[in-house]
Amino acid sequence: MREISSEVIASAVAMLCVRANRRLPTDVGEAIGAAAERETFPSARRTLELLQENMSLAAERELPICQDTGAACVFLELGQDVHIVGSLEQAVNEGVRRGYEEGMLRKSIVGDPLRRVNTGDNTPAFLSVHLTEGELCRITVMPKGFGSENMSRLAMLKPADGVEGFKSFVLETVKLAGPNPCPPIVIGVGVGGTFDKVTYLAKKALLRPLGTPNADPWYAALEQELLDEVNALGIGPQGFGGAVTALGLAIEQAATHVAGLPVAVNINCHVTRRASIDL
Amino acid sequence: MEYKITVPTTAEALAELRAGDSVLLSGTVYTARDAAHKRMVECIEKSEPLPFDLTGSAIYYVGPTPERPGEVIGSAGPTTSGRMDAYSPALIERGNLVMIGKGARSAAVVEAMRAAGAVYLGAIGGAGALMAASVKNLEVIAWPELGCEAVRRLEVVDMPLTVVIDSLGNNLYELGPQKYLASLEC
Repeated sequence: MREISSEVIASAVAMLCVRANRRLPTDVGEAIGAAAERETFPSARRTLELLQENMSLAAERELPICQDTGAACVFLELGQDVHIVGSLEQAVNEGVRRGYEEGMLRKSIVGDPLRRVNTGDNTPAFLSVHLTEGELCRITVMPKGFGSENMSRLAMLKPADGVEGFKSFVLETVKLAGPNPCPPIVIGVGVGGTFDKVTYLAKKALLRPLGTPNADPWYAALEQELLDEVNALGIGPQGFGGAVTALGLAIEQAATHVAGLPVAVNINCHVTRRASIDL
Repeated sequence: MEYKITVPTTAEALAELRAGDSVLLSGTVYTARDAAHKRMVECIEKSEPLPFDLTGSAIYYVGPTPERPGEVIGSAGPTTSGRMDAYSPALIERGNLVMIGKGARSAAVVEAMRAAGAVYLGAIGGAGALMAASVKNLEVIAWPELGCEAVRRLEVVDMPLTVVIDSLGNNLYELGPQKYLASLEC
């Protein structure tokens, strides 16, 4: 049995919060660069170049890329042979508290959704633990901006709606979102499972590096087809028109009930942040 | 077209702006987002004084990150403007002429804008470091307990913005994608 102290977890989470907010993952930076080269509509190209300038400026001046430094979504892949000494939940929250304070990140969390008082330290974190075999302890922090989170949607479709109904719902969600989620966006789609599980699948889809297709070739083809249809909408960077409305689209699928076809679309902005470490 | 506009301003000075034009904005800009808007409208309802004079004012929908020691401001890109739609007409009717944010606005806001000659300018969403570079001074002037949502007075020089909705109601979010799709058919 491998032991990991809660202090090690807290330090790692703090470091990841800061890193994720200052530098985009390589795949996202490259996708924005490739989009700027591909984009022929002048105002769209200019917008993408400004996004690149913003990334350089953030890295150089150690500033967050975006002022919405997000809700701290923390994903833990934990081997069942690992024993965490101390409270995992407290350690993750302590990491978020430290990271957001030391990294001069914005505190954007209210403790209660209806009474709305800011907690002042960006806690609590939104923690998902996925148990695996062995001794792995992988932490991923995804600071999630809410401009794009607010444009996300869930539908309990009928089995008769089929692939076409599924595609229509995704496209309708992107159209309704329009300029609001800071396009070019990244689209995480969940399909199957239950009412709660499908939204987790959609968020998990956002963790997949851009350009990595679904392992199932049938779904990989569907991802490409949907991405092309999204980009044919012409919404473009910032909604000012252009070829690049989305940088990527990933689908995560799961078994479901004979009576149902749950679909969830989780939208992320062009500042698709994530940072991971294996402890 | 590219225009230089100084705020506070007048409807006359904004009349020639058209959706899609670039604007370099200088002068005094006030920050306010959800919570500050709610409080301002409550002030109006109770006939209490507002934290700043709305006449010809520019309001930027932003909640910046904390400033590092020696820096004026942290990252400061726009938040989604639609959440302010419920409050904006009341502010426009009392003199607010320039709104800065990102994302779509309601028909009621556009109607109030047309009546007053106001404009809605887009800042680049997600470009927090870039937008911060044009801010030269910052002072919290009201409701500091709101943290990132407190009202701040900013002095800005050449803040790079785009006219999204002009005083006639033309909307870049409709015209831009139409123009792009039409360009594919040529």
